[in-house]
Amino acid sequence: MKNMLLAATALTLSMTMAQAETLRWARSGDALTLDPHAQNEGPTLALMHQMMEPLVLRNPAGELEGALATDWSVSSDNPDVWNFTLREGVKFHDGADFTAEDVVFSLERALSENSDMKGLISSVASVEAVSDYEVRITTKGPNPLLPAALPNILIIDKDWAEANDTVHVQDVEGGDETYASRNVNGTGAYKLVSREADVKTEMTAFDGYWGKDTYPIGYSDIVYTPIQNPSTRMAALFSGEVDFIQDVPVQDLQRIEQDPGLKIVSSPQNRVIFFGLNTSDELVNGTPEGGNPMADKAVREAMNMAINRDAIKQVVMRGQSIPAGVIMPPFVNGWSEELNSMPATDVAAAKAKLSEAGWGDGFTVQLDCPNDRYVNDEAICQAVVGMMAQIGVTVNLNAQPKAQHFPLISGVESDFYMLGWGVPSYDSEYIFNFLYHTKGELYGTWNGTHYSNEKLDEMTKAIAAEVDLEKRDAMIDEMWAMAKADAVYLPIHHQVLNWAMKTSVGAAVDADDQVKLKYFSVE
Amino acid sequence: MLAYIIRRVAQSVLVLLVTGFVAFSMFSFVGDPVENMLGQERTQADVDRLRDQLGLDRPFAVQYWKFLEQAVQGNFGLSYRQGRPVSEILAERLPATLELAAVSGLLALLGGIGFGIFTAIRRRGAAANVIMTVSLIGVSLPTFLIGILLIYVFSVELGWLPSFGRGDVVNLGGWSTGFLTQSGLKALVLPAITLGLYQMTLIMRLVRTEMLEVLRMDYIRFSRARGLRERAINFRHALKNTLVPVITITGLQLGSIIAFAIITETVFQWPGVGLLFINAIQFVDIPVMAAYLMMISVMFVAINLIVDLLYFAIDPRLRIDGKAGGH
Amino acid sequence: MQDRPTETLPPSEPSRLARAWDSDLAWSFRHTPVAMVSAAVVVILVLSAVFAPLIAPHDPFDPGSLNLMNGFTPPGRPNAFTQDMFLLGTDDQGRDVLSTILYGMRISLFVGFSAVLLALVIGVILGLLAGYLGGWVEALIMRVADIQLTFPAILVAMLIFGVAKGITPPAYRDQMAIWVLILAIGLSDWVQFARVVRGATLVEKRRDYVQAARLIGRKPFSIMLRHILPNVLNPVLVIATISLALAIIAEATLSFLGVGAPPTKPSLGTLIRIGQGFMFSGEWWILLFPALTLLALALSINLLGDWLRDALNPRLR
Repeated sequence: MKNMLLAATALTLSMTMAQAETLRWARSGDALTLDPHAQNEGPTLALMHQMMEPLVLRNPAGELEGALATDWSVSSDNPDVWNFTLREGVKFHDGADFTAEDVVFSLERALSENSDMKGLISSVASVEAVSDYEVRITTKGPNPLLPAALPNILIIDKDWAEANDTVHVQDVEGGDETYASRNVNGTGAYKLVSREADVKTEMTAFDGYWGKDTYPIGYSDIVYTPIQNPSTRMAALFSGEVDFIQDVPVQDLQRIEQDPGLKIVSSPQNRVIFFGLNTSDELVNGTPEGGNPMADKAVREAMNMAINRDAIKQVVMRGQSIPAGVIMPPFVNGWSEELNSMPATDVAAAKAKLSEAGWGDGFTVQLDCPNDRYVNDEAICQAVVGMMAQIGVTVNLNAQPKAQHFPLISGVESDFYMLGWGVPSYDSEYIFNFLYHTKGELYGTWNGTHYSNEKLDEMTKAIAAEVDLEKRDAMIDEMWAMAKADAVYLPIHHQVLNWAMKTSVGAAVDADDQVKLKYFSVE
Repeated sequence: MLAYIIRRVAQSVLVLLVTGFVAFSMFSFVGDPVENMLGQERTQADVDRLRDQLGLDRPFAVQYWKFLEQAVQGNFGLSYRQGRPVSEILAERLPATLELAAVSGLLALLGGIGFGIFTAIRRRGAAANVIMTVSLIGVSLPTFLIGILLIYVFSVELGWLPSFGRGDVVNLGGWSTGFLTQSGLKALVLPAITLGLYQMTLIMRLVRTEMLEVLRMDYIRFSRARGLRERAINFRHALKNTLVPVITITGLQLGSIIAFAIITETVFQWPGVGLLFINAIQFVDIPVMAAYLMMISVMFVAINLIVDLLYFAIDPRLRIDGKAGGH
Repeated sequence: MQDRPTETLPPSEPSRLARAWDSDLAWSFRHTPVAMVSAAVVVILVLSAVFAPLIAPHDPFDPGSLNLMNGFTPPGRPNAFTQDMFLLGTDDQGRDVLSTILYGMRISLFVGFSAVLLALVIGVILGLLAGYLGGWVEALIMRVADIQLTFPAILVAMLIFGVAKGITPPAYRDQMAIWVLILAIGLSDWVQFARVVRGATLVEKRRDYVQAARLIGRKPFSIMLRHILPNVLNPVLVIATISLALAIIAEATLSFLGVGAPPTKPSLGTLIRIGQGFMFSGEWWILLFPALTLLALALSINLLGDWLRDALNPRLR
């Protein structure tokens, strides 16, 4: 009897032990806010995803999965209408029931003027609750890709927001901060315990979570800390002060692998790195005599041939990249092996091509590059400076922080720039819309090349509304053929995502670098 | 005396206004805050709207005036990055920096005086020479490298001390302190050494030189002749005369400790105002940058003013010309 | 050398060189091994920096000559792909570390010397003016010095860097960084020169010989230049030496904050900033060699400064 009691106590103890696992998680930056609609930014969304949920989620495999919605489809009688069936029996962290009015409220909040998420769902015209567990979304014209736009639109409780006067997304100049920027009432697997911005955020597993039995949820408590300096972050992992880190410098992978207590989980990332070229008649930073050389397609092709993608992969990236021939991540709709083909590096041929184009003596151009945004961004640019020098193109490198780099692209004030692009919708339309369409108010906002192709512009708008998916795919193929032939972008590679952790952490890596801890288990 | 103080305070305020103006005029060059505040799906209309909301289109003189107007009322606006009142963020972060600065200042003062006295008394000794040379290593490598090397040795290889953060802190009426927990104290060690090393070398040299000079003065020689014990001479007489300039310099250096904390805090992920400032620069968080610079300026000007007034009170000669002396 | 005791003067009129050799300073130098070793290290390092184009095996500033595949070659061993050998190995761009250090030291020293020169010129002129003229000139200069002190050096550099970036034409940005560093470090350093010179000037001004020069109608400018300036040179020399080491370190520190020499034309500081990223990865040579060079340089200059401070302090003799 006594033994049994002891065994029972031991069993309970070990059970609670197993449940009381804390995951100490670090990455380079902190979330900016907890208001789900105030910042459309990677680390911010990553933190919020632990505590709040969207209707439709992108799981670690990259597939769409029902979160707060169980079913969704286009209405049979109107292609502009989508119907969503909601999950029943879901509770918010404060115990309130999740219903359709919360969805309507959250989507409308995400569409409001001060929301940073409204660009993702700009096609939505209205949202209505049909019943407690049915929602109808009407779009401005047919939108076959609406569900793919929803994974980052998180749902919060309407009554809670109203009670705490946080119905509106904060307007920065509006004086006071909003309640939602520091408090959370979502339906997520974890609820907020405490948060000190830029220092530490603690979360604990939510007892009333609807998916308690569906997902592993291996950790009962989460401590999230930003550690900015890469060496310090690595030191924290090596010394055992944290269990799991993102943003691992590629040069440190080897040492992590050699450490018996640590491991790496990797996946190709949803981010392609490339260079944009000014194709207009004049250069921003001084046009050489004879006009802008890069206005000539042959010159752009020669530059493309001069880039040694394999050397960048092997040396700068330590093998942690996938050389790219097109500015589209591999799992995006429209990608093909053939499109991804790239010219072999051939300095002699590139030089010959330049002479043929009348630039045999080379020319000088400035390369604008960020130094705190992508994996080894500055080192890649430096390598490209050397490669261009080999074909006689003198490149002045201007590497600077992202706050100064990106305005050059959106302001069309660069001749030669580095940019990285992730495709949250996993569809080509997103790339054409932002990067190839003629620069304007609504389209081409990140096209810093002056490139303008009327046919491509028309088709970009057409595929956004095309519901016949087969026809649509054919159009996308045609567009890529055109875009690639014009060589306004020089693709470099796709980043490979690496997460480092203790061997006991069973992490589920996803291509968007978006940690979803409910898929994590203890091994 | 009163007239002098009034004049001096007025000058200080002017200094503050000028520094604020200069700093503010520079913000337009650090980048565009709007780029960071909006996601990549934003349209031109969003950019224009936000710019207008923030008043970024207005000339900087107008922006500065608005900032001053609010600052006088204790309102530094909302941080672009965190969306919270800047004054609240500063109040939250300041204890971390002040505790770090105080500990490293103390370390520098005690270490500097101790080693300074030792090297002065044993001027020609081998140990003194070794100390003099070794202490110079601390100022012959950049701070960030020293910090990283300390982390490498004491956190990664030996596993004795934490590599980042403040450990557990206790909140005492709005002031978060790391002094009361073991992890908090352990977390202080490496950053405080990194930050204090430079000041320690400086103070040590100052103490040594002053001591050497004082030890040669007549009254010391005289007491020695009178047969006073060596230790009494060193400590009771020589040291006393050395301390005044040392404390003045340490006071003046306090500000530069806080400025250098920017680097130490970045390396050790120490959640103080220096790290806040670096993040603000990266994000072009103008309200935070402005408030930080104003805060640093106020601190410096105040220290300067106090030192000047102390001199005025101590040194009668200055009272005759009615001018503030140098320090 | 006003305070030099007369009995040490040699009886006859020897050559200038011999006189310099016999001076107190030289005597102290010859009897301080640390000073001699430090001086030798500084001379060797400065010379190898000056003659870097002749000594360095490669030109690391010529991007066309680099082969990326040479990257991360360990010191003294052939590269796995290209079979090329490098004495101190190569960095992440395939640059020869030895050459990069020599060229980088050139930049570090250039920045250091120029910044100190700038600080010295500004500080000495303003200090003399403030000390000699007094009145509102002094009040103004010392208030400006207060403003300057209000902004810590790193902040000054960061702000100047930001502005310079905004106003220099893009084509010149490469060189701009160097000049901005000089300006920023020089500007934040002049105050201590000015304070010391002003203090010394106040003392000298009251001396009889200055009063006499004044009485016979010498112009203030000529009095400052010919009588006062030579007498304040000793402390200025000490400060200048220590400032040189500080300026070189300041440049390195600033590079950590992204306010430094560009990676395509790196200084020692930029090399260390880049190298610290490879601390855990096993490519120790990328960090170690530049760091050791910087340490040797700054430490030697600092030791020279220490020795000078003692040797030139009249009250310690």
